[in-house]
Order: sequence, then structure tokens, then C-alpha cells
Amino acid sequence: MSRLTQALASKRVVICAGAGGVGKTTVSAAVALGLAIQGRRVALVTIDPARRLAEALGLDALDNRPQPVALARLEESGKHARGELFAMMLDSKRTFDELIELLAPDPRTKEQILANPIYGHISTAVAGSQEYTAIAKLFEIEHAHEYDVIVLDTPPSRHAIEFLEAPDRLTGFLEGRALNVLLRPSGRAMRAAGIVFAALRRITGVALLDDLTTLFRLLAGLLDGFRRRAADVEALLGDPGTGFLIIASPEQSAVDEAVFFAAELARAGFHRCGVIVNRVHPLDSETHDAVAVAARLHERLGPKLAGKVARTHVEVQRLAARDAGAVARLLGALGDDPICLPDRDTDVHDIASLVDLCTDLFAG
Amino acid sequence: MKVPITKRLIIVAGKGGVGRSTITAALALGATRRGLQTIVAETAGRADVARMLGGSATDALVEVELEPGLHHVSIERQAALEEYLRYEVPGLIGAATLARSTAFQAFVDAAPGMSDLLTIGKVWELIQRPRHKRHARGYDVVILDAPASGQLVGLLAAPRTFAAIARVGPVARQAGTIEHTLRDPQTVGVIAVATPEQMAVSETLALQASLTERFGIELDAVVANRVLPSRFTSDDVLALARAPEDPAVRSARWFAARAKAQRAQLARLRRGVAPTRCTSLPVRFEAALGRDDIERFAELLGAARS
Repeated sequence: MSRLTQALASKRVVICAGAGGVGKTTVSAAVALGLAIQGRRVALVTIDPARRLAEALGLDALDNRPQPVALARLEESGKHARGELFAMMLDSKRTFDELIELLAPDPRTKEQILANPIYGHISTAVAGSQEYTAIAKLFEIEHAHEYDVIVLDTPPSRHAIEFLEAPDRLTGFLEGRALNVLLRPSGRAMRAAGIVFAALRRITGVALLDDLTTLFRLLAGLLDGFRRRAADVEALLGDPGTGFLIIASPEQSAVDEAVFFAAELARAGFHRCGVIVNRVHPLDSETHDAVAVAARLHERLGPKLAGKVARTHVEVQRLAARDAGAVARLLGALGDDPICLPDRDTDVHDIASLVDLCTDLFAG
Repeated sequence: MKVPITKRLIIVAGKGGVGRSTITAALALGATRRGLQTIVAETAGRADVARMLGGSATDALVEVELEPGLHHVSIERQAALEEYLRYEVPGLIGAATLARSTAFQAFVDAAPGMSDLLTIGKVWELIQRPRHKRHARGYDVVILDAPASGQLVGLLAAPRTFAAIARVGPVARQAGTIEHTLRDPQTVGVIAVATPEQMAVSETLALQASLTERFGIELDAVVANRVLPSRFTSDDVLALARAPEDPAVRSARWFAARAKAQRAQLARLRRGVAPTRCTSLPVRFEAALGRDDIERFAELLGAARS
């Protein structure tokens, strides 16, 4: 049994996290496919897949819930899926709207919130709203108990940690504790709030303050629901059945991010179930001397091509040495040996190339 | 093609991990070498470009001269808010105290686009001559290391978003002025950085589409970064396919296939952007880029005031 298979055996939720640009979406798709091949009923929630990957999975943006992925073509790659794979692309705005719908105390409040000019901006533009909706969606799917395991790709934040902070940040924001001081001041806060309110009126005009006041008064009716939701989500993230897969590339900034995120996970008491380094150039343990390599290949390839190959090999080995350093640094900092995925010569563009990635992922 | 530095504000855009900060550093170095008083601006309190150019992180909004003619500033929301209240709202007493009050903070968090507006507002202030900030020097060119593409569109749209929801008052008025400047192609230019890979090229083309549609501005140039040379002929590729298994042969096969995939993406980029606006920088095989590499990139990009 491979290391990854073992690490994921008891998991019902797998969250793939890492810095932007490391190939998180593709790797999470491969993890989901691998689990389906092993016989589990898998839901994959992706955030913003590349067009070709979306096509490979038969995803379209129209549906905000998991749809079956046709795995019949796997047979061409000599694989057979004993389980099933369902996949979806997250629609952040729609998920937020659905949440308001679910939590609103009555239809009138719901309508008024959805129609508020500021609400539209909050559901899409407030920091962390995409992360929050990803978690909300995860919770909703998990709660329905229709799948053995859910694999969640995380939004392309600059920092992976924004994902963990999202529920708190958003509930804090919606609770509007600080804003309440401004909108419904009492006691000692009255005078200060009065000054701030007067200054704001002068700076931004009264219309914006009115819209904000209205929106937060409406949202107050949903607060209990949001708070309960945040507590449930926190419990789900900390559940032993939930595992975080940290994904990095050999770039220094991605390694730094992985180390930092692992520390934050440990601090929060969440469970890490593996570290994956994507796009690693394989290191050749033998000679890196261009002259020796050219001499070795001279007879088979001719002097000109042998020379080009030798030069290329030396250059690629420089990348490989950098990558080996990155992997060693991760091992040193985290204490577990990362799973390395070799750098591919093309993008993942169909189920067959996803199967290749999957094979590497579940190999050792 | 040489990358033009003819605008007062150059926005360097691109998705995470494509080398945007490196290109920003190279463009800034190039502009300085041509005698322009140059300042690099970074957002969200970052100082990546400053470090690449041998500087270090400083307090937000402090303009530091890294070397003669080359300056750096780190823009951060809170400092920008305090400065805004101090310089742009005449006669407001206790601006700093106000900016730090919990109630005001809550307002900045809640008002959509306010945070982005403060950032882009500061960028706008940097290109003013004379500057609104007292005793601040003027610059010939401001080079902004922009946030990743999606956030960049939000940043540029902030003045409009805010003007639409606030409707009246000084902020709405100033937002209108900033919006007007941002839409002026004589003043603002965008240079996109992409690696020749599917996702990065798609994101660049999507950025171009939203810039044109929403702001009426075009990409001035696209820098394709980390391009592999075309080293192997099609005969070479055939010979490599038949060659015996060897680590060096595997490296060469990988290199040839990757270079081929890159060429397809480069062609897609050129078709989408106009070939005359595209330029490439070669891949460097070093573990970490040093000052020498940035100098070389500056020369290759030949940032010129034409």
C-alpha cells in the first residue's frame, strides 16, 4: 500500500492547500481520481481549473454541485475505477446567496439582503469570501453524507493561511461588532462614534452609511446561523477524519509557504496527512560533467547532438539540484518525507495524463 | 522588441509565480539607467522588489532611495488611510486618531472597495506633480508591482465601485478624479508578465480582455519569462526517441518536449496580444536570481523612453 493511500485511508475530507501557482488544482484532481480508482465514492470540489483540466473532467460552470465524471476512458490507460468520481467547480457568489437563503429568518429579509447594493460587493469582494464559500460548500456536501470522501482544492490566495482564517474573519465581519459601535452606539462609545460618524458623513456622504446600516441590520437576523455554521465548520476542519495535504513546488517562496502553513496547522490542532512537491526535476546521481556525458553518448548520437544533450543535462541538473535542496529543506522542517511529482513536459489535458500523475502520486 | 517606459505609471501585472517582481526590478533598473527619477511601489506592505535590488523592508509609505535615481515605497492600507485623511480632507482634526479608531476601521472593512481605493489612491498621489504629500519629491515614472491579475482588476475598479456606492462626498469626487487618470492611456501603461504555460497565457489574455472592456486600456507589452531556447531540431527529437535509456537523454527529451509546448503557448500569446508587443526573456538555470541576472534582464528589456 502506498504512503498516500495509507495516509488517506481513514479520511472523509481531504483539503489540498499551498501557495498560488504550485499546481494545486491539478494535484487535487489526481488525488480524487486515485481515490476513485481505489474504490471510493469521491466528490472533488475545484475552484478555478484550467480550461483543459475542466474539459478533461467534463466540468461546466453551470452547476454548483458535484456531477459524475465519466471514467470509462480509464480503460484505455489500462486502469479500472472501482469507485466513482463526482466533480464540481465552485461558484462563490451563488454559494454565498444560497447560504443567505438558508439562514434568513424569513423570505422578506432574504430578498432585502440580496437586493442591497452593498451585499453584492461583500459576497464577492470582501477578503476571504471565496475561501469562506469553499468551506461552506465543503460543509454542505459533507453534511449530506452522499460520498465516502470529499477532496477540496483551495482558492488561489497569495497565502494558504487565508483559508484557515476565512471563517473567523467572515463571521467577525458579519457580526459587525466594531461596526455596531458606529451604527448603534451606547454609553461611553457614543461620543467617539458620534465624532467618527460625523467625519464619515463629511467624507463619504450619507447614502453609503445608510446602505451599510440597513445591510448590517438585516444581517443581524442571520447571525446566530452564521455563528453556529462557523463552529460546525471549525469542528469539521479539526476532525480526525479531515486531513490537509500540503502542496508545494521547489520554488523557494512555495517551500516557505508550506513550512509556514504546516506550523499554523499544528497550532490550530488540525491534521496534516502529507506533503507533496510538484514539478520536481529528477536528480541524476551520476556525473554532471558535460565532457564526460558527451563522450558517453558520442557514439550513439553523433558529436553534435551528444554535445547538445550534454549541455542540456548539465543545465537540467542545476534545476534538479535546486529541487533536491528544496525537498531536503521541507524534510528538515516538517519531519516527513515529501512525495515528489516529476516536472511534466506538457500540461495535464485529459484523463489519461491525469492517470499518469495519479500513478506517480500513489507510487511510493 | 524594447519595452516602452513612456508613461508616468507603469503597472506590472501577472499571475503568482511567473517572476513579476523580478521583471519589475529589471524595468526599474532600466528606467533609472536612462536618467529617469524612478520609484517602485509594492502593495500590501510587501518589499520583495526592494530586497531584490539590495534594499530592505521599511515602514509603509516611507520613500527610500535605493541608489541614485531609484526609489522604493511599500504601500499599506492603514498608513494610506492616515495619510489620506491628513492630506486630502482639508480641515479634519485628529486625522491619525480617527483613522485608528475601531469604528473607522470597521467602516473601512465593510465599505466595498475602500481598502483597494486607498491603495490605488496612494499610487495616484505618487504620480502627481507637485505631490499632495508635503515636502515629497516628484518622480518621472512610478512602476507598480501589482497584485495578481484577478486582484489587479479589483484594484483598478475600486474608484468606480466606490463612486457608485458612495455617490456624493469628497471620496466619491476624488474617486472620480482617480478613475479619470487611470483611464488615460497617455499616463498609464500596463506590462504583463507571463510564463509560456497554459494557465499563465490564459490569465494574460483574460487580463487583456478585462482591461480593454472595463477600462479602455491596452497592454503596452507582454514579457514572456523563462523561455527555453529552441535547441533541438525535429531530427534531433527523432534521434532522442530512438536513443538508449540514459539520464542525459531523458533530460534532453524533457527539454525538447517542454520547449515545444512553450512554443505553442508563445504562439497563442502572440496571436492574442499582437506580436509587436511581445518580448521574451530566457530561462535562467540558477537556484536563485542575483543582481547580475536582474542587470542582464534590464539590458534585454532595454526599457526605453522613446
